[in-house]
Amino acid sequence: MYDVLLDAVAAAEAEGISLGELALRTEAATGIRTRAEVEAGLARALHVMQGAVERGLKGDLHSVSGLVGGDAHRLANARGPLANTIFTDALAAALAVQEVNAAMGVIVAAPTAGGAGVLPGTLLGIARRHPVTEEAMVRALATAGLIGAVVAVRASLSGAEGGCQAETGAAAGMAAGAGVELLGGTPRQAMHAVALTMQGTLGLVCDPLGGLVEVPCVYRNATGAAMALAGIEMALAGVEFPIPVDEVIDTMGQIGREMDVRYRETAGGGLAATPTGRRLAKERLVQLKGKKGAGS
Amino acid sequence: MVGPSSSHTAGACRIGLIARALVGGTPDHALVELHGSFARTGVGHGTDRAIAGGLLGYQPDDERLRESLDAAAAAGLAIEFKNTTLRGDHHPNTTRIHVTRAGRTAVLTGSSLGAGRIMVTAIDGFPVEITGAYTTLVAVAKDVPGIVASVAGALADDAVNLATMRVSRRQRGGDAIHIYELDHAPTDEAMTRIRAMPVMKTVRIIERVS
Repeated sequence: MYDVLLDAVAAAEAEGISLGELALRTEAATGIRTRAEVEAGLARALHVMQGAVERGLKGDLHSVSGLVGGDAHRLANARGPLANTIFTDALAAALAVQEVNAAMGVIVAAPTAGGAGVLPGTLLGIARRHPVTEEAMVRALATAGLIGAVVAVRASLSGAEGGCQAETGAAAGMAAGAGVELLGGTPRQAMHAVALTMQGTLGLVCDPLGGLVEVPCVYRNATGAAMALAGIEMALAGVEFPIPVDEVIDTMGQIGREMDVRYRETAGGGLAATPTGRRLAKERLVQLKGKKGAGS
Repeated sequence: MVGPSSSHTAGACRIGLIARALVGGTPDHALVELHGSFARTGVGHGTDRAIAGGLLGYQPDDERLRESLDAAAAAGLAIEFKNTTLRGDHHPNTTRIHVTRAGRTAVLTGSSLGAGRIMVTAIDGFPVEITGAYTTLVAVAKDVPGIVASVAGALADDAVNLATMRVSRRQRGGDAIHIYELDHAPTDEAMTRIRAMPVMKTVRIIERVS
């Protein structure tokens, strides 16, 4: 386990291996699980991700409140100027996973359920038009895990603690590093991709209508995937972000600690507090409580 | 895992699983107090269903979590939910669960830290730190010298490695709580040996939940 990403980059460079390979070796070295078990676990996660994307793209799901659903299908079948690109495939896949999540379907928390669409959206969006092996996908997921673990230690992965920058922001950072790994970039490029992506999600608040993981969460997973693709493209082109990645992550943590509680998943601020946000939440929550009768 | 929120569903389910383990099975009754963000947004996030599912022994990726409130009623588990503000400093996603099963009771306070990770911070009024990432032995014993050595000895004879260990008490000369996080579960023989120690009040095993 690393708590400094630049240490991981240095270790990978010293060994002449990728970050994903380093993550797999590091995890196996803990002795808790064998390398084969770690790889099998990641392959299982990959299959759940693929299943969630497929399920969501069918377009017949409705969220618990009925506020979201069907947009992944809409986007996947659109004929806009960006149709048939990695970009649009990634957005549609990210929406698909989040629509499954909002309907209480099975997904992989990556790192959380609220941000679960970004990583599969980005990686499966790339894989659809850029054939890669399952082994490469597993190494990319290992890279994402290594990055997420560092973010968990240095900052936070909880919207209630750090806002959406700690959920879809962290997910976008993980997806960016993983995407560079998948596309054959260097460990250093992967780290710049994380920094370039996460600088763009700093300060992002968690403001779900009625506290439900639906609006804006579902759409924010799509824009999170877009942010990750931006980071990947820039980093692979050789763009280097001047602030080291660990300091960007620390900044996210610091902003989270200073963020007012209204912007940390409590539905007290942001879009949740708009007139329409309040009205929709009220209508839907009354409905929900009528159905379930739990809570108070 | 089953959506929609790793803090509100996966983490909450794991806290429910630990409450279940403390009474050795599905409780007859549970009072679930929801604090902070759990109280404000728990129903929409399915926190109530996730905790109920954990109490029933469901894992975070079990699709039955969606219908767990009905399943609880069918299984004879009466659950009461109550919003509360816990005293002291608590993570925004915290719950205090009181469970009863055939006369055995337990109270635990647990927080969901994000990404499904949890921390149990109190059991029966004793401060603890349990992550659920390990098989955990929870023992309440009279606060007399030598118990740690006896328990550790029994575990060592059983070739069980200790990952972390913590002993705490509410007052001198009262009872002390022992928390041992273990790399794997002890054998029944070792558990029988530990349970037979005359100073032991309760000895419970919590299987790892993540």
